[in-house]
Amino acid sequence: MVGLEHYLGVAAALFVIGIFGLFLNRKNVIILLMSIELMLLAVNINLVAFSSYLGDLTGQVFTLFVLTVAAAEAAIGLAILVSFFRNRGTIAVEDVNVMKG
Amino acid sequence: MISVDIQTVLPEILLSVYAMAALLGAVYTAKDGLAKLLTWVTAGVMVVIAVMVAGGEGATSAFSGMFLDDAYARFAKVAILLAAAAVLVVGEASMERRGLLKFEYPILVALATVGMMMMVSAGNLMSLYMGLELQSLSLYVVASLNRDSVRSTEAGMKYFVLGALSSGLLLYGSSLVYGYAGTTDFAGIITAATDGHVGLGMLIGLVFVVTGMAFKVSAVPFHMWTPDVYEGAPTPVTAFFATAPKFAAMGLFARVMFDAFGNAIGDWQQVIALIAFLSMFWGAFAAIGQRNIKRLMAYSSIAHMGFALLGLAAGTEQGVQMMLQYMAVYVAMNIGTFAFIMSMERDGQPIADISALHQYSTVNKTNALAMLILMFSLAGVPPMLGFFAKYGVLVAAVNAGLTWLAVGAVIASVIGAFYYLRIVYFMYFGEENEGVEVNMSPAAWTALMASAVIVLVGFVNFFGIEGAAQAAAAALVK
Repeated sequence: MVGLEHYLGVAAALFVIGIFGLFLNRKNVIILLMSIELMLLAVNINLVAFSSYLGDLTGQVFTLFVLTVAAAEAAIGLAILVSFFRNRGTIAVEDVNVMKG
Repeated sequence: MISVDIQTVLPEILLSVYAMAALLGAVYTAKDGLAKLLTWVTAGVMVVIAVMVAGGEGATSAFSGMFLDDAYARFAKVAILLAAAAVLVVGEASMERRGLLKFEYPILVALATVGMMMMVSAGNLMSLYMGLELQSLSLYVVASLNRDSVRSTEAGMKYFVLGALSSGLLLYGSSLVYGYAGTTDFAGIITAATDGHVGLGMLIGLVFVVTGMAFKVSAVPFHMWTPDVYEGAPTPVTAFFATAPKFAAMGLFARVMFDAFGNAIGDWQQVIALIAFLSMFWGAFAAIGQRNIKRLMAYSSIAHMGFALLGLAAGTEQGVQMMLQYMAVYVAMNIGTFAFIMSMERDGQPIADISALHQYSTVNKTNALAMLILMFSLAGVPPMLGFFAKYGVLVAAVNAGLTWLAVGAVIASVIGAFYYLRIVYFMYFGEENEGVEVNMSPAAWTALMASAVIVLVGFVNFFGIEGAAQAAAAALVK
């Protein structure tokens, strides 16, 4: 029987993978955006699991808000990424380093 | 019923409808040709709405407790609106000289302000999240407003990635709080605490929520985005970042801590005391090595957030009152300081190196004197207002039994005084060098002088904000 704790476990695992993706990734910024998306989706699993467990719709309403905002967030992230690429000619994470200290 | 709800959120509706109308209007007509007009009109609209908000009374909630309108929210909203309006007006000439005055700028600032107003009025985890994201998404875009600059786009990128991470943490915390409290309403969450503590699941959620908000107020150890974003963003935008969003984030922080977790103060007090301690010290130490005045102001803001968090860590009504006063004084000082910084030029190019300020007092005595007053106030030298603001949070912390933290704060403040006084030293006793031209618009000059006068004479009665801050704190801490 799959219970609440299994869903929470999956969500926690996805969330941690997302955070590690942000910090350990040395390749390119697109992967950062994917990691952020992964984190938000992990939260959605959490919310829907709780919503179903509690028999309360609020969590699912929350999920819809999160999904909508995540879409807007991705759009803005990609827009910033495009203008960064135009200036710098690269999207490698290690090249996001003009400012330091 | 619904008309009462609409009445309660009317200021937000007006500002957002204005922003959308302005966006459509500008797109269909003169585009950037309207930018200057739009900047002034937006500032005017914000001031009108601030007056409207200030006239409100009592405590009402709208949309089944999603949105709260009380003395606390009104105090924060008036400060946010006035700060945003002042920054728009002060930065207008500077943006224009750099060719950055696009019509999107005032509109994005207006939308960010709507988000901030939502944040301080949030009564539910959902409205909290929506307000926070409206603010953050607008701010990511204004940070990279200078599309042709590597620094500006890099600042936007860093801000976006770390901001999205913090939203993710906050959201994960919210989902746990929802799961263990069974509701997203603050009024429901607060009842989940028994004997002054929350359960383990909710405690984990609480820590994630605190982490997410510590990112937004740029408290150590979640401050790493601040110096880069401050340096990379165009200076008038940096001035905006340093004022209204900081006030809103602190306002939200206190709102969530007291409205949702006010029965479990012991659970969050130590965490906030620790991040306040770290922020004050790291802000003081890391700024010493900075040569770029915008980075320096970033570390200064980290240290100041530490002091404001000191008031929150006290967990008392007095603490919240002092925190609000501290933030109001901080915003007033920063507007003046940034009015000066954004006008620093050499050969028409903006310059941010503090060594450019050598011997500035021989160039312009009045401006140098105003900066001296502001720097003394930022450092917390009596009788400037900055000292009384710091004194207030220290007293609140001591009264709440956090003596160790108050002692740490005094030491951090002494260390931090070094870099503010160094700027003054450069201006008055520095060596000869190429110098700097400070090309101030009338609005920026007025802001610099007004800010200096405010911090100089404010100690007489704090301009009466004490009473308003007290009423605000009383509305929050029940």
